[in-house]
Amino acid sequence: MTAPFELTDDSVVVVIGTGAGGGVLANELAQRGVSVVALEAGGRYLPEDYVNDEWDSFGQLAWTDTRTTSGDWRVAKDFSGLPAWIVKAVGGTTTHWAGASIRFQPHEWKALTNYGAVDGATLLDWPIDAEEMAPWYDLAEAKLGVTRTGDRPGLPGNNNFKVFEAGARKLGYEEVHTGRMAIQSTDDGDRIKCQQTGFCFQGCKWGAKWSAAYTDIPDGEATGNLEVREKAHVARILHDDSGKVTGVEYFDEDGNLNFQAARIVAVAGNSFESPRLLLNSASSMFPDGLGNSSGHVGRHYMRHLTGSVYGIFDKPVRMWRGTTMAGIVADESKHDPSRGFVGGYELETLSLGLPFMAAFLDPGAWGREFTSALDQYENMAGMWIVGEDMPQADNRVTLSDAEDQWGLKVANVHYSDHPNDIAMRDHAYRQGAAIYDAMGATRTMPTPPYPSTHNLGTNRMSERPEDGVVNRWGQTHDIANLFVSDGSQFTTGAAENPTLTIVALAIRQADHIASEMSAGNL
Amino acid sequence: MALDTLTDMRRMTRRQLLTGATALGAFVIGNGYVTAAKADWATEMVAMKPEDFATLIQMARDIYPHDRVADEFYVRAVKSYDVQDKAEMAEAGIRALNQRSREMKGEDYLDIGWERDRVDVLRSMEDDDFFQTVRGGLVTGLYNQKEVWPIFGYEGSSYEHGGYIDRGFDDITWIG
Repeated sequence: MTAPFELTDDSVVVVIGTGAGGGVLANELAQRGVSVVALEAGGRYLPEDYVNDEWDSFGQLAWTDTRTTSGDWRVAKDFSGLPAWIVKAVGGTTTHWAGASIRFQPHEWKALTNYGAVDGATLLDWPIDAEEMAPWYDLAEAKLGVTRTGDRPGLPGNNNFKVFEAGARKLGYEEVHTGRMAIQSTDDGDRIKCQQTGFCFQGCKWGAKWSAAYTDIPDGEATGNLEVREKAHVARILHDDSGKVTGVEYFDEDGNLNFQAARIVAVAGNSFESPRLLLNSASSMFPDGLGNSSGHVGRHYMRHLTGSVYGIFDKPVRMWRGTTMAGIVADESKHDPSRGFVGGYELETLSLGLPFMAAFLDPGAWGREFTSALDQYENMAGMWIVGEDMPQADNRVTLSDAEDQWGLKVANVHYSDHPNDIAMRDHAYRQGAAIYDAMGATRTMPTPPYPSTHNLGTNRMSERPEDGVVNRWGQTHDIANLFVSDGSQFTTGAAENPTLTIVALAIRQADHIASEMSAGNL
Repeated sequence: MALDTLTDMRRMTRRQLLTGATALGAFVIGNGYVTAAKADWATEMVAMKPEDFATLIQMARDIYPHDRVADEFYVRAVKSYDVQDKAEMAEAGIRALNQRSREMKGEDYLDIGWERDRVDVLRSMEDDDFFQTVRGGLVTGLYNQKEVWPIFGYEGSSYEHGGYIDRGFDDITWIG
C-alpha cells in the first residue's frame, strides 16, 4: 500500500523527520487524504530489532553523527560530541522515549505574563493557550493510549516506584502516582500490555509503549498517501524567486543527491537538526537562512532542567525491573516563586542499567567514592528531574566549522545554565534526596544532566514575527509554505515531558494544513 | 581474543606457567605473558612488554576498584591495548606513570604497596591524555562485560524471560 511518489511531483507535502512531530504529522495528513513524502535520515527498526542491551541499542538507534558543543553545561565537557541522546530512525526519538505524557499546566502557556520578566531570560507567551489546546490534547491522549486519561487505568508500580512513592508521601507530597504513560496498561488495547521488562529507552520489544515507528507510520502508509524514504538525509530546502519553498535536496543511502519537489515542506528534525537545516539552506534571497528574518532561528535552545538523584539503601531495590519511568511526583510543578525560582519541576522515577550507570552517574569520576556507589547498584533507587529551564538568546544552535559525512556544516549546541535553572535544580536535588532520606537511604547522590533528550525552542512560536520563527500554526512567519513541526517550535519549555504536546501540536497542524490546502490557501 | 588467550593459558600447569617467571606486585611476569600469583588466569602478550601490561592492569583496578571483581575482568578490560597500533602509546604512558611514581614515591608503580599511594600518583596525572584514555576506555571495557554484571546484581536482558511481570518487578518487601 506504500505510495510511491515521483521526485518531480510538486503536489506532495514533504515532511522531514518521522518522530513525535513529523511521524504524527505525516500520518495525520495522510489520513486526511494529503499526499506525503516523509524523509527520514535513519533506518527502520521495529520491536523485533530492538535489543535489551544499553550500548548495543545505543549503537543501533542513537544519532551519533557529528555535532559540536560549547557553553558551561557539563555535557559539553563530558560528552562534547554528544549533546543529545536522541534517535536516528523511523519513528525518531519515540522509539527511545520513556512514555510520560502530561499536559502543560494552563499558566505555562503564558510564561512571560505569569512569571514576569526574568533577567537574562527571553521568556515569551505562547500565542496559544490551554483552552485552545484542550481538544488536541484529548486527541493526542487517545492516539497514544495514555494511562490515567479516558478510561485507561494506571500502570502498576515497580520496586523503584514503591521506594519513591513511600518517601514522597512521608514528605507530604500528594500528587504521587504511576504517571500518565503512553504505555498499554490493559489487555484490551491495540498494543500488548506492559510486561515490566525494563529497557523502555532501548525501544519496547513488546510494542507496549507508543512509538510512531509501529503505529502512526504504518497507519499512514496503509492509506496509500504516505511514502517514507529511509536513510534520506536532507541537505537543503530550496525556494523560487517569489520566496516560496519548492522542495528539498537530500542524500539517499547511496550518497546520491536527489531533489524532491513539494507543495509544502514541514521540518521536524528536532531542535538541533531543524534549525541547522534552515541555516544550511541560506540563499541570496535569505542570506541568514530560511525563516530567519527575525534572527531567532537556532536561539532560545532549551533542554529542560534535568539532573537525577540516586539513593542507596541497606536493602535491595532492583530499580531496573519494570517500567523505566514508573511514577511521578507533580507537587513541585507549580509556579511558586517563594522557592526562589520561577516555574516548576516534576520528579519521575528513572533507572539505568549498570553499563549506563557507570557512564552517567558522575562522568569522569573515578576511585572509591565512585566505585563504592556502583558496588551498591542492586540497592539503588533513582529519579529524574524535569523542570522548566529559562530560554536565553545565546543558548543556541549555530553552524559549526565541522562537517558531517555529507560535507554539510553540523550543529554546534551552546548552552549555559541560567541562575533560575541552578536554583531550581538545587531545590530539586534537595527534595529528591529528602524523599530517599525519608526511606532510610544510607547515601544519596545528585547526578548531573545526561545528554539531552528534551530539546526545545530553537524555532520558537510567537505572535509577532519579530519575536520568533513560526506562528500559531507552526508556519514560518517568512514563508507561507514552510512549517516547523517538532519541539523546536516551543516558545517555552514548561515542566512537562514534551512529547504529548509535540503530538497535540502536530495533529492540530495537520488539520490546519489540510483545511488550508482544501481552501486553496496553501 | 582476550578470553581465548586466558583459556589457552589455563591448559598449562601451574609449574609450567611459573618456570622462569618473576613476581611483580600482585602479578607474575613470565617470558611473554602475565599471570596471577595464584595462576588462575594468564594472558599472552601480543605487543606489550609483560611488566608494562601488569602495570596497566593494576592501574585499571586503582581507577575503578571493585574488591569483588577479579583481576581477570580488568585484564579483559585493558587487553585491547596489547595490539601493535596501541602498544606504543600504552607503553609510553606506563613509562610516564613509573617516572611519576619514582618522583613521588621512590619506586615504580607496581612496587608501591598501598592503593592510597598509587592513587596519589594517579591523581597527579588525571588530566593527562593517557590517564583519560585508559579511564574512558574502562567505562565500557569493564562495565560492559556481561560476565561482570551479576557481581553487581544487574540482570541484563529480560525480554527473553518475559520481562519481570511475573518475575518480581514489584517484589520489594521492606517498604513499610
